Amino acid sequence: MLQIDCPWCGPRDETEFSYGGEAHIVRPSDPDATSDEAWADYLFMRTNPRGRHAEQWCHAHGCRRWFNVVRDTVSYRIEAVYRIGGQGPGGSHDPA
Amino acid sequence: MTQPRRLPQGGRIDRSRELAFSFNGRPLQGYAGDTLAAALLANDVRLVARSFKYHRPRGIVGAGAEEPNALLQLGGGGHTLPHQRATQVELYAGLEAVSVNGWPSLEFDLMAINSRLAGLLPAGFYYKTFMWPQRFWGRYEHQIRRAAGLGRAPMEADPDRYDKTHVHCDVLIAGGGPAGLAAALAAGRSGARVILADEQAEFGGGLLGSREQLDGRPATDWVKAAVAELRGLPEVRMLPRSTVFGYYDHNLLTIAERVTDHLPPGISAGPRQRLWRVRAGRVVIAAGAIERPLVFGNNDRPGVMQASAVSTYLNRYAVAPGRAAAVFTNNDSAYRSALDLLDAGVEVAAVVDVRLRVDGELPARVRAAGIAVHSGYALVDVQGGKRVEGARLMALDSDGRGFSSAYPVGLRCDLIAMSGGWSPAVHLHSQSGGKPRFDETLAAFVPGTSCQAEVSVGAARGCFDLSGCLQEGFEAGAAAARAQGFEARPGAPMPAAVIIAQAPMMPMWRVPSWRGVKGPKQFVDFQNDTSAADIALAAREGYRSVEHVKRYTALGFGTDQGKLGNINGMAILAETLGQDIPSTGTTTFRPPYTPVSIGTLVGRTVGDLFDPLRKTAIHEWHVEHGAEFENVGQWKRPWYYPRQGESLDQAVYRECLAARRTVGVMDASTLGKIDVRGPDAAEFLNRVYTNGWTKLGVGRCRYGLMLGEDGMVMDDGVTARLADDHYYMTTTTGGAAHVMGWLERWLQTEWPDLKVYLTSVTDQWATVAVVGPQSRGVLAALCQDIDFAAEAFPFMAFREGTVAGVAARVFRISFSGELSYEINVPADYGRHVWEAVMAAGAAFDITPYGTESMHVLRAEKGFIIVGQDTDGSVTPDDLGMSWILAKNKDYLGRRSLLRPDSVRTDRKQMVGLKTLQPGFVLPEGAQLVDDPDAAKPVPMLGHVTSSYHSPCLGRSIALALIRNGRQRHGDVVYAPLSDGRIVRAEICDPVFYDPEGARQNV
Ligand SMILES: [Zn+2]
Repeated sequence: MLQIDCPWCGPRDETEFSYGGEAHIVRPSDPDATSDEAWADYLFMRTNPRGRHAEQWCHAHGCRRWFNVVRDTVSYRIEAVYRIGGQGPGGSHDPA
Repeated sequence: MTQPRRLPQGGRIDRSRELAFSFNGRPLQGYAGDTLAAALLANDVRLVARSFKYHRPRGIVGAGAEEPNALLQLGGGGHTLPHQRATQVELYAGLEAVSVNGWPSLEFDLMAINSRLAGLLPAGFYYKTFMWPQRFWGRYEHQIRRAAGLGRAPMEADPDRYDKTHVHCDVLIAGGGPAGLAAALAAGRSGARVILADEQAEFGGGLLGSREQLDGRPATDWVKAAVAELRGLPEVRMLPRSTVFGYYDHNLLTIAERVTDHLPPGISAGPRQRLWRVRAGRVVIAAGAIERPLVFGNNDRPGVMQASAVSTYLNRYAVAPGRAAAVFTNNDSAYRSALDLLDAGVEVAAVVDVRLRVDGELPARVRAAGIAVHSGYALVDVQGGKRVEGARLMALDSDGRGFSSAYPVGLRCDLIAMSGGWSPAVHLHSQSGGKPRFDETLAAFVPGTSCQAEVSVGAARGCFDLSGCLQEGFEAGAAAARAQGFEARPGAPMPAAVIIAQAPMMPMWRVPSWRGVKGPKQFVDFQNDTSAADIALAAREGYRSVEHVKRYTALGFGTDQGKLGNINGMAILAETLGQDIPSTGTTTFRPPYTPVSIGTLVGRTVGDLFDPLRKTAIHEWHVEHGAEFENVGQWKRPWYYPRQGESLDQAVYRECLAARRTVGVMDASTLGKIDVRGPDAAEFLNRVYTNGWTKLGVGRCRYGLMLGEDGMVMDDGVTARLADDHYYMTTTTGGAAHVMGWLERWLQTEWPDLKVYLTSVTDQWATVAVVGPQSRGVLAALCQDIDFAAEAFPFMAFREGTVAGVAARVFRISFSGELSYEINVPADYGRHVWEAVMAAGAAFDITPYGTESMHVLRAEKGFIIVGQDTDGSVTPDDLGMSWILAKNKDYLGRRSLLRPDSVRTDRKQMVGLKTLQPGFVLPEGAQLVDDPDAAKPVPMLGHVTSSYHSPCLGRSIALALIRNGRQRHGDVVYAPLSDGRIVRAEICDPVFYDPEGARQNV
């Protein structure tokens, strides 16, 4: 069971959190101008890396805040935790 | 004579406390301090089990967690425990143990015929024989399970209590032998929070069964002093009888503490076991090492034991497991056992050592004591059936692959102490993600690079001298504490052991078979009856990966996870394939280290505590008035209120007609409720609902449909505008938590610029729905400050006022199609207001109704229930609800409604169904087809989503999703049922009752 360092509450057990999948998915700003393919890509397609993965977590049984985590999918080591809108390692960030 | 094999003196047993116990019904005596295995051996019980596959007689091999044979069923009734290792069961008065294998009895086992049929039961015999033809497997399996004897699960509920404890610590030390105790002293003295867990009842590990000296005194004196010092340190927690069995992510470890298992059942002294979940800053693994067996002919006969186990029984329990022993070894450590045997007065027939040159210090002492040492020899066979009666040895050739003598020589003995070298207990290291590496000198896997904050010390790292163990443990404990921010503090130095140099061991994975394939079986995995020949056969049949060979031969698949056999088996595979061990692979160890009772994992989460139960504020009234309940998520909701002798159908008939003709009342408190507030609240609703919210006036309500981003219907409900910046949203009962999370996520992650605050208020409000033509009269009688006239309080409006003296929000909305009001009051007043409604409604014969009638009333109106009539693949248009899709704004899911699949014209659409036989109610879920006689596979049109008998229509009604259904009103479709009947039904509009909606607008 992971231990996740909630940016608002500090380290807590994984059972307090819910997982939100890949982070930094950008919702097309003008859906009508988005092709079916691009919309399907936004809806369904996610990376599945071996190694570093930016993902969203929610402290569902705590402060209920969503935030970003960079986790290694092999070692499960958590390399970074940063708030929505914040800057992650390697410059990953949420859309402005 | 009782306890014939008990030595006259010595041991750590309490001879003043004799304990009576039984084995297979035979009364026996032991002493306090014995394990069950020690007590059995003291009584000269050799045969304790029959093997898994061949039903060969088996005896005790080890003295600890690695024991593969002595797996016994303890106790009876709901308290019984199957498959317990006798070597780890503490003896208590009245203990009843029975063998789990052997039919009809252990001594006379008919299944031992399998042993004669061994040629028919080769490796992979399950796959080869019993899996084909597959339809017979069910018949075989029953017989095989009985033959295999895996113990009996109790039929009664477990009467015992189990606990869980969650803790954090700075340093967790797994194992309380010399290295673990030293680590605990160093870490504990620094002030760090330390947990020291050991699977045995006493701390000291291997020292308890040895005659080692420290600083010139018995090592157990030092153990006693160390334990006393540790008990005095306030931040050190000592957990005896506690197995660290799992190592998980981020340094979470689990410990099974056997709190009262060592006491007779019925003594109430706390929970039976306790599961510790420990989040440790640092972990020191001091789990020791396991002595490997040697693989030779008939090496499974009762009386063939680990040399270290023989020493433990002699030194710790004062039990001599035999009268005349042979020692068979490939290393120096077994010579200690020879000396232990000799000093205990047991005859040592010989030491047989596969090494050609044997010149270490321990062998020299053995020779000096007058014991014959046969170097360059190996045991090739064991004589005897239910107990060892002798052994045969042969001289090995120079490379150990064959023999230099033609015939074996006999040796008289009834006990064989074997040692094939030592395997560090790398289990926890492996579980933590570490990859053990093969050490050629030790011929063993040792811990590799750490992936988590853990370090192995002492024998668990491959260090086998006592001084080294103490030093390593002490340094690791201090380092772990320092890493956690605690500086070392002075204390007594570690004591010194007498250092005896040990000569290198010689790997001997398998003694050559002296009669080739006709030779006796050489067992590798005792618990699973896997022999060296089985592994060689697997290799010949093309298996190369150790993981495949394990599955094919069952090597390591017993409850012991191959603690004794895995390394030997892997090495034999490597030899057969002509490659080295590291390239053959290692095995990955998984939790648990030793088996854990299900009750321990479950703890108190059973029965009523399995899942939270939610009850509304009015729940007790429903109970008092005879309601039957149904579970809706975690909620208990009144299902129907049967009067004397009424069936479900009769009660629903009465309840529905009351709501249609006079007035009914329903507890709607379970609906999800979300308080939406902030200057951007209207914009927020615009984005999450398909329809527009900007123009909704204060005091008005609106129905809303929520979609996922994929355009599929996710939830629905009515939202009221309380003020310009304040809305009160309702959701489905089952969807409340999901919708709350969904809305929060969009606000936090995508729209942080919106000033909107969400609060779940589901539990804060009780909701009483007053439904029917007379509802206005009931409300008017209860509330003076709201004008209930139709024009003053129109449909889809909301008013604040005082109902039965309580401040209330009253919504004029309808889920039944009737005139109706939903009274929302603070939950604490829920029952008061409900009772006031019942009193005021008495004049109209007000009728409480439950969820079943609610379903019928809404289905008559064609109102959907999200999750029943939809399944995550249904768009608003599929439901005929395109009218609720705004054209002039974006909302979640809108773009997906334009995807090619969403605009297909032949999608399944919501329709009504009327069976041609009006009394027949279709089962929900029934599939619908155009032609029941069509060739298979019959094309499916869709299925029935809701189906009821409608009291006010006097016939059955159903809702269904049918391909292109809206264009097919009037068509007849067929529902082939599972009982063979085929029911005809006509497609119709889904609104069966009052299609103009006149009744709710009065
Ligand atoms: Zn938090």
